Amino acid sequence: MSDGSDESGAGTGRGTGKGRGKREAMPERYHIHTKNAPPRFRPVGRLGIVDWREDCAGCHNCVKRACVYDLYRDETDYVKGERSFLDYLYQCKGCLNCVQNCTKGLLTRIVNPEFERLGDEYYTPDMIVTTWFQAETGRIPVSGAGYRGRFSGSGFDAMWTDMSEIVRPTRDGIHGREYISTSVDIGRKLSCLSFDGAELASEAPLRIESPLPILFDRLPAPWASERLYGAVLQAANRTGLRAIVPEEWIANPPSAVSPQPSALSTQDCVIPLLSDVIAQLNEGLIAGAKMVEITDNDHVFVKAGLVKAVNPEVIVAIRVEATPQSAARIAELTKDGAEVVHVVFNPHGREQDGAHPRHARSVLREIHKRLVEDRIRDEVTLISSGGIALAEHLAKAIICGADAVAISLPLIVALECRLCRACENGEPCPVQLQDIGLDYAADRITNLLSAWHLQLLEVMGAMGIREVRRLRGETGRAMFRDDLEREIFAPIFGKK
Amino acid sequence: MSVATQIEVEQRVGPEIKPAPPRYRNEIGKFRVYRSAACTRCGRCAELCPYGVHQMGRGGRQMPRPRDYRCIGPSCRETGHYCIAACPAGALSLSINPSFESLGDWRWTADLLVATWLEAETGQMPGPHLESSLGASGGGFDRLRFRFPEAAAQADSLRHGLRKEDISTRVMLNRRNDGRPRVTIDVPFYGGGMSFGSVSIHTMLAKARAAAAWNTFTCTGEGGYPDPLIPYANHVITQVATGLFGVREETIQRAPIVEFKYAQGAKPGLGGHLLGDKVTPAVAAIREAVVGYPLFSPFPFHSVYSVEDHKKHLDWIAHVNPRALLSVKVSTPGDVDMVAVGSYFAGAHIVHLDGSYGGTGAAPDIAKKNIAMPIEYGIARVHQFLVAEGIRDAVTVVASGGVRTPDDAAKAIALGADAVVIGTAEMVALGCIRCANCESGRGCARGIATTDPELVEMMPLEWAGQRLINLYNAWRERLVEILWRLGLPSIADLRGRTDLLSHLDYESAEARR
Repeated sequence: MSDGSDESGAGTGRGTGKGRGKREAMPERYHIHTKNAPPRFRPVGRLGIVDWREDCAGCHNCVKRACVYDLYRDETDYVKGERSFLDYLYQCKGCLNCVQNCTKGLLTRIVNPEFERLGDEYYTPDMIVTTWFQAETGRIPVSGAGYRGRFSGSGFDAMWTDMSEIVRPTRDGIHGREYISTSVDIGRKLSCLSFDGAELASEAPLRIESPLPILFDRLPAPWASERLYGAVLQAANRTGLRAIVPEEWIANPPSAVSPQPSALSTQDCVIPLLSDVIAQLNEGLIAGAKMVEITDNDHVFVKAGLVKAVNPEVIVAIRVEATPQSAARIAELTKDGAEVVHVVFNPHGREQDGAHPRHARSVLREIHKRLVEDRIRDEVTLISSGGIALAEHLAKAIICGADAVAISLPLIVALECRLCRACENGEPCPVQLQDIGLDYAADRITNLLSAWHLQLLEVMGAMGIREVRRLRGETGRAMFRDDLEREIFAPIFGKK
Repeated sequence: MSVATQIEVEQRVGPEIKPAPPRYRNEIGKFRVYRSAACTRCGRCAELCPYGVHQMGRGGRQMPRPRDYRCIGPSCRETGHYCIAACPAGALSLSINPSFESLGDWRWTADLLVATWLEAETGQMPGPHLESSLGASGGGFDRLRFRFPEAAAQADSLRHGLRKEDISTRVMLNRRNDGRPRVTIDVPFYGGGMSFGSVSIHTMLAKARAAAAWNTFTCTGEGGYPDPLIPYANHVITQVATGLFGVREETIQRAPIVEFKYAQGAKPGLGGHLLGDKVTPAVAAIREAVVGYPLFSPFPFHSVYSVEDHKKHLDWIAHVNPRALLSVKVSTPGDVDMVAVGSYFAGAHIVHLDGSYGGTGAAPDIAKKNIAMPIEYGIARVHQFLVAEGIRDAVTVVASGGVRTPDDAAKAIALGADAVVIGTAEMVALGCIRCANCESGRGCARGIATTDPELVEMMPLEWAGQRLINLYNAWRERLVEILWRLGLPSIADLRGRTDLLSHLDYESAEARR
């Protein structure tokens, strides 16, 4: 109620800014087309019913016939091969009616042990299954009853996004979400314009626009293949997003199976990740790219200079490992003219080294704050990757200071991967990722992106934020557990 | 003058507590007692067990399956009633019920679900074999403890001969001194808004019966005021929410309290959405909508963008019903303290804070987990701010969104609320297992949150009403127990007494040890 007028006013004022295309009565809306993409393999659900048939009295009012969800009938159809897989969310819903009504009490509900083995300590089974659902349907996961998880946790679980009781991004209520912009600029930005008399003297820096604050990152080793990169690029083309692909995969993929030219040949959506060997310069690749990425090292600007000499119109992003020195290094790179910095956390969202690697939540805030203090924040685009597993992480990483995120593991999980790591041990993949169809895989990834897009709109709508650009570093639209504890509980209960 | 002294001390006799046994054949408890074929039907176990687990078969027939959900488990060994050891044939065995282990989550553990079922069956808190006061969320209420006096002498002097039957759990809801009725409730909790459509008419009526029996309230939610609720009108709050479904002059004039729902804790800032499947002819009629089409409650009120707009809004209702108290339900953004003050100055008698971990018939998972703050913070922030503004005693603060047990309720009050609003606990008492499928297909497979005619009949109204009456009794008894141990004669004396709480993560807990 307190911050009503200025927020909505500012939001309205910026509605016609650049990047929104022509001024029309109805601005063109970003929309991802989805297509139902049912799983190829029987998915792993959480609950199952075990029955002890030996005591069964064979009574005529068997509870299985009364199942509210017709599960047992569907299961029979499935066994007979009349139907494909049951939707995993609609396999046993665990309503307990059969367990509690069985004449002889023969049925028991159990948690599926296979479900509990999904993922790892960061990618929990619930996260894997919700990603599957989104990849299948393209929809926002919705459920009844209240929140079921822990009060708070580490990493992104130690913060909440805020909402506003009064402020809205538009005054159209639920339909206003269509007017929320999720578009971001990638590239260097001017901190101010300069004029020569009445003439604009500043030159607009290079930039590309992404309709979502998401890029696809290079695929981790066990999954890097021509097939999966092909799927990622197809999804990128459909969604208007961009994908970072190591140059060796574009030029001559190591596992090239087909004699024809690589499917990964230069496309607009490809951001080649260049070798950091100075002398190695694939001029054709650079000439055709809108943006390239180079791994940070002492002579990164030498390489960047050579790249720019080949193609002055290319944006050069610098890929930096997240360490305790990241903030200082990124400030230095920015002062030296870096256009885009991509900070890379480990797959669990933590720093790559250090005795107690910090989570991106803290590190991104530190980097953002440092850049703000050095008055160079708006000059550089900050991309964060690692540990972005859910749509909420996307919103939270941006609140903590990233302009955009890059993701890879969620794309793999979308293709039914269970993160079982069998592939790393040379064992066969239980969901046969090596044989996945290109179109189908792209459907699943596109669906996931659609669900993330919609969820980003949900939280931004609740926050009363009209543009995702304005969400970056906007910690005032979030609440951090440690702050709430310090402000509210510490005065009551003393020191921690 | 404290509120406690304003309320005249009057003890009422609670409604009749009758057992309301489970409506399923195989109720799930923590333990499983298995009787093997070695049983000789000697009846020793049935004689021994005071909890009714074992019964003799009629006419010397085989003994029925043990009602093991009543079993108190291995701790029974110390009581001398341990059937497992006493069975001459060694036919009995005891284990954890495997279905029990598949129940629950971090907030509502299997123990809490089963404990709530037992409270609703018996009207008493269950024994120590179940953890009936804490969940396992690792924060908030689950890390707060009361600082009960430890030494007996200290406890005695604190109590000054205070008797449990003299303790008042009554709460005053109108503190504005504005000539409107001085409404009180006899228990420091009332039932939250659940619309017709999201829950069945049986669920609504059961809540209304319990509210009438305990002189407290239930709320229609935003979905109209079904006629069968009219006999309970003195105990029914009606809601004005953004979709204005079912808001009519007569429903406003009938209500002793009118609640403005600005937001719901589980999905703050998102509004409501009733799926088309749930818009049955009955639901459509009462909401004046079309059968089978989804209904949106937008966010926010499109007529309210300032405290002044808000005041106009409240004035409208105040004029339509000059007897009504006005309640404003908001969620818990970071500036919830300012929201509360604004609501007070706009004329609210009751500020209702709904925390982010509260219940819902359907909400995006991302919203339930992430948007707005847990109620524990919200209560303390608002209470302290209202005290500092000097208006704390002119407004009633009620809290909801994660109040699962009477202990949670007492902690919420100690943090600064006057009373709490409950929802999920009532649903659990009626047999909810939190399967989270309230919203899909025909609705709740347990017959609670559905309007499907066949599913609704799964839950008889008489039974449901008694379950809630019993639940309220168990809660009240536990609250009285807490007040008695703290030496407080009234629930109003507990409000804001954070000194009686410790938080396990803070030094206040250290100092105590």
